[in-house]
Amino acid sequence: MVHSLNRRAAIVGVGSSKFGTFKHKLGRELFTEAFLEMLDSVERGLYIKDIEAFYLGNAAGIPFEGQGHLAPIIADQIGLVNKPATRVEGACASGGLALREGVIAIASGLYDVVLVGGVEKMSDLPTAGVTDALATLSDTPYESRVGITFPGAYALIATAYMNKYNLTEEQLMAVSIKNHKNGALNPKAQFNRSIKDIMTDRLIKLKEKGGPLPNWCQELDFLKDPTANPMVSWPLRLFDCSPITDGACCVLLVAEHLARSFTETPVYITGTGQASDCSLHGRADLSTMSGTKEAARQAYEMAGVRPEDIKMAEVHDCFTIAEIVATEDIGFLKAGEGGRAAEQGLTARNGPKPVNPSGGLKSKGHPVGASGVAQVVEIWHQMRGEAGARQIDKDIDLALTHNVGSHGSTCVVHIYERR
Amino acid sequence: MSKAEFTCAEFYHALNEKKLMGTRCKECHTLHLPPRRICPNCHSTSVEWFPMKGEGKLATFTTVAVGTTPMAARGYDRDHHYCCGIVALDEGPRISAHIVGIDSQKPESIKVGTRLKVEPPDGSYEPPVLIFRVS
Repeated sequence: MVHSLNRRAAIVGVGSSKFGTFKHKLGRELFTEAFLEMLDSVERGLYIKDIEAFYLGNAAGIPFEGQGHLAPIIADQIGLVNKPATRVEGACASGGLALREGVIAIASGLYDVVLVGGVEKMSDLPTAGVTDALATLSDTPYESRVGITFPGAYALIATAYMNKYNLTEEQLMAVSIKNHKNGALNPKAQFNRSIKDIMTDRLIKLKEKGGPLPNWCQELDFLKDPTANPMVSWPLRLFDCSPITDGACCVLLVAEHLARSFTETPVYITGTGQASDCSLHGRADLSTMSGTKEAARQAYEMAGVRPEDIKMAEVHDCFTIAEIVATEDIGFLKAGEGGRAAEQGLTARNGPKPVNPSGGLKSKGHPVGASGVAQVVEIWHQMRGEAGARQIDKDIDLALTHNVGSHGSTCVVHIYERR
Repeated sequence: MSKAEFTCAEFYHALNEKKLMGTRCKECHTLHLPPRRICPNCHSTSVEWFPMKGEGKLATFTTVAVGTTPMAARGYDRDHHYCCGIVALDEGPRISAHIVGIDSQKPESIKVGTRLKVEPPDGSYEPPVLIFRVS
């Protein structure tokens, strides 16, 4: 049974740092960038002193940045000393969980004004270090120990999915092409280049160097060339994987009755759901994430809406296969249809069911603890018609976010309404 | 073994002695691998050690080009991939394992459903790693 929220939370402001790799910036500094943008976004103004509590998603600050306990450190940077500041950890779902904690805190009546954020500074470590740090977010003594990396875990899911349904390599690539096309229109994205742009850039560079040129005419030629798109963990190649990213985001939540004193156009959170799951080997069917299905069921029931009502979604595409599975598990598509849907453009930005208009984790970037909050930033812009060049060409009054920790062991879904 | 605590350390200790040990719920008889103290099926806290035969089939797999640091230390890299997967044991439980006896450079040649047998540790991996070989 799903309980209802005693008080709903409204989003009244959002901010995001630029996503990318920033050698000379600390996580706290990226967060401050996001916070300053959030302050500017609150139309009727916000006094920092009115923020009553702070929830921060951060997955692995200790291995990544040598910095644990980031919530009070960031609270200090943004003028919230003495206020409760709590780090929330749920692997790559840390941001989504921080949002849920904010929603619950407002529903409880304890606070009226809550800051929710997420941050990850990943690029200080070399790729091998990032691989090891992320692997500790799966089941260390039984999964990491036999060599399962993060791409490896999703590759196990992809192989299981391919064995059950008719999924092709081209369908995985279609997800990557779509999300890069969206990300090309997102100035905050780490890769705001389409696959075609990246291919053209590469050809220009090769031409300058001299020597034989590869025979790339279309994006698929480029993506099928192992020199351009090497295997990471079969069947997943480099362009199936989200990148290593530094970035931070935040959103301001207030109790719904206060929303209009901050903005004319608040976005209300009407449903929240969360579920967990066991290690990969404990699951009977790896072609689906039961955690997503359960979190989505809770959120839909709480919001009183159905998948067919939702106008757009930001889903957790840490790998191309993850988006395919997610679009099915949140009920947008039937099981086994996610790959074909991507290939046919059903989930394209101006398709019938837009998924990841921001560029998703794939192209926008995946600062793991921030990604769940970054999804909310996109929802806010799309629902208010402020997404610029990537604005979906229909009225978005109902939207959904889906954020996953590890290989589905934490799943969190939220539903948003603009009235 | 019957008196041993239901811990990860005991699981790997048994593996070093060439035994693949899971647990069985004394109430509902569900088998668990890795071992568990509480049955996830009926929530009984009454469990006992249960030896698995160590045979099963490949449920899913991947070949890894960009691996973990311990695997890299064993010589695996972008040109020498390793295979890991999930093994569905004949008794029912599934477990993650390093898979050997297949051509990791040719993942297209590896088939889900391939019969596998647990490979007793030879002491070269410390801590020990669960390995299954094509049988």
